[in-house]
Amino acid sequence: MSDMPRILSGNFDVPNCHRIDVYESRGGYAALRKTLPETLGTKVQEEVKAAGLRGRGGAGFPTGVKWGFVPKDTGKPVYFLVNADESEPGTFKDRFILDYDPHLMIEGTILSCFAVNCHDAFIYIRGEYGWLVDRVQEAVDEAYAKGYLGKNILGSGFDLEMIVHKGAGAYICGEETGLINSLEGKKGQPRIKPPFPALVGFLNCPTIVNNVETVASVPWIMSHGAEAYRAIGTERSPGTKLFSLSGPVKRPGNYEIPLGLPLRELIFGEDFGQGMLDGIELKACIPGGSSVPVLTAAESMEVNLDYEDLAAKGTMLGSGGCIVIGSDAHMPEVLKVLLQFYHHESCGQCTPCREGTGWLDMLIGRMLKGKGHQRDLELLERVCAGMAGTTICVLADAAVMPARSFISKFKHEFEALLPKGIEPEDYVPTAHSAEQSS
Amino acid sequence: MSEAEGAMKAAAAFAFSAEREARFQKLVERYPTNFSALMPTLWLCQEEWGWLKPGVPEWVAERLDVPVSRVYELITFYTMYYTENPGRFNLQVCRNVSCHLMGAQRIVKHLSGRLGLAPGQTDDEGLFRLEEAECLGACGMAPMMQVGNRYYENLTPEKCDALIETWMAEATSDSLRESRAEEASDV
Repeated sequence: MSDMPRILSGNFDVPNCHRIDVYESRGGYAALRKTLPETLGTKVQEEVKAAGLRGRGGAGFPTGVKWGFVPKDTGKPVYFLVNADESEPGTFKDRFILDYDPHLMIEGTILSCFAVNCHDAFIYIRGEYGWLVDRVQEAVDEAYAKGYLGKNILGSGFDLEMIVHKGAGAYICGEETGLINSLEGKKGQPRIKPPFPALVGFLNCPTIVNNVETVASVPWIMSHGAEAYRAIGTERSPGTKLFSLSGPVKRPGNYEIPLGLPLRELIFGEDFGQGMLDGIELKACIPGGSSVPVLTAAESMEVNLDYEDLAAKGTMLGSGGCIVIGSDAHMPEVLKVLLQFYHHESCGQCTPCREGTGWLDMLIGRMLKGKGHQRDLELLERVCAGMAGTTICVLADAAVMPARSFISKFKHEFEALLPKGIEPEDYVPTAHSAEQSS
Repeated sequence: MSEAEGAMKAAAAFAFSAEREARFQKLVERYPTNFSALMPTLWLCQEEWGWLKPGVPEWVAERLDVPVSRVYELITFYTMYYTENPGRFNLQVCRNVSCHLMGAQRIVKHLSGRLGLAPGQTDDEGLFRLEEAECLGACGMAPMMQVGNRYYENLTPEKCDALIETWMAEATSDSLRESRAEEASDV
C-alpha cells in the first residue's frame, strides 16, 4: 500500500496545511498554475473524462461525462456547486478534507469551474460543520488575496467568484436538486429529473453539483495525467477513494484506498482498521453509508471495494461510509435507528416516502416493544414495495434498502420479536390495525 | 395603529451590530437573488441574538424585501434555526448508527440522569438543554456530541461529567461577574 500515491489524504497529517503557504510548500496550486494559462477548459474536461473519475458523493456518475452535459452558448451563466453537505450516516470523509486540506478542495473547484466555463461557485457546507465554514471561508479569503480567485486568475483571463454557504440542518440538501432549491432560499425539496441540473439547475441556469472529494481529486489528475490516475484502482473503478471506517474496530478513521481493495483488508488490515475490538466478532458491514444494503460477515470477507464488485454482491459503494457491526449488536435495534433517521429526514413532498418512512419506523418500533403482529414482516415488505422507485428522489429507496437487506439476512432476529400465537386465517394487516397497536 | 404600522414598529426594534451590518450588506451584494441570501441572513441573526426572537423573521423579510412566508418556510424546514431560546449549553448527542453501535444510548442516559432532563428538555435556568441529533459526521470518533460550534468526541460518562463541571463553573463565574457589575453600577 505504501507505493500508492495519497491523492486526497496526503496532507491530512501535515500541520497547518489549511494555511495557503503550507499548502503551496507541499506543491499546492501547482496544478492550477500549470493548467490555467496554457490549457483550454475543454482539455481539463477531457482529461478528467479520460481518468474515469466517478462522483464520490454516492451515485458514482462519471464526472467528466456530467461536465459534458453543460450546454455551450446558452447566454446564461453556468453555476458550480460543491456539495459539502456531508450527512450520510457513517460518512465523515469530506469533513477531513475541509478541515485539514481546504485548499485542495478550492484548487479542485477552480479547475472544475474552468472546465465547464463557470464563473460563480458556491461551497454548500452543512450547518453542523460550523467551524469548518469558518475554516473554508478563511482559506477562500487567502486564495483571493493570492490571486487564485477573483478576476483574471493568474493572468489567464479566467474569472471566478466563490461563495461559502452554510446549510441549516437537513439531510435531503445533500441530494443535488435539494441542494439547488436550498441555495435558492427554499425548502430543500428535490426536483423531478429531467431536466437535469446540467441543463436547468440553480436559478434555471446550467449547474454542476459535485462532491468535495470529487473536486479534490482533480488537481492530482491535472498534474499527473489521466493515465497515471487510471494506473490506480481497477479497470472500471480507477483511482483512490476515502473510506470512513466506524463501529467496533480497533482503529476507526478515514483511509484512502485504491479502489478494488478487499473489504476484509480495510477492516482487519494492519494499515487500516486492525480488526475488531477484543471480545467482539464481525457480524455485518454496511460498506457505503447507511443507505446501502448490509452485507453479512461472510459476504464482507469476500467483497472488493469497487463499484462493480459491490454491485455484484447486491450492495453499493455509495459515499464510502463503512459501518462495521459487531456480534454485540441487535440488528432490529440498529435498523430502528436507521428507519427513525429516514423518517425524520424525509422532506415530505412525496406521499410514499413521507408516509412510508413513518410506517417502517412505527412497525419496527412496535416489534421492538413486543407489540408486533404476526404478519408485521409481511406488512413491512408491502410498505417497502410501495416506496421503492415511486418517489422524486432516492430517499425512499435509501430507507427501503437497509430495511429489506437487514430483514432478509438476519430474519431470525426479527422473527424472534413476533408473537408465536396463530392469528385468524383472514387477518389482513391494515393501516387501522397498525394504528391501534402503536 | 394599523397592523402594518405595528409590524413596522416591531421590526424597527432590531438592528445588526456594525460588523454584522457590513457582512449583511456584502452578502446581499454577492448573492444573485435576495431569496438566495435568506439563509445566510438568518444565520447572521442567530449569531447576533442567539436565536430567532419574535419579530426577527418579519424584520428579515423587510430587510430583504421578500414575503414573510418565505422566511418561515426556511425556519420551519431546517432544524438549526431556533425560534425558542435553545439554552446556553445545548448538548446534542448523536443517536445515529455508528454512535449507537459505540454506546450513544449509554451517554444519553448518563447525561439525562446527571442533568435531570429528558431529551428535548431545557432546564429552568435556560442553562442546559439535552437533545438527540442525527449523524453529525464524527462516526469514527463515536460516541460524540455537539455543543454550540464544537464537537466532543470519544465520549465516556466520566468525560461528560468533567465537561458539565467546566460549564457549570463557567456559568457561575459569569453570573458572579454580572452581579458584581450590577453592584458597581449601583454605587
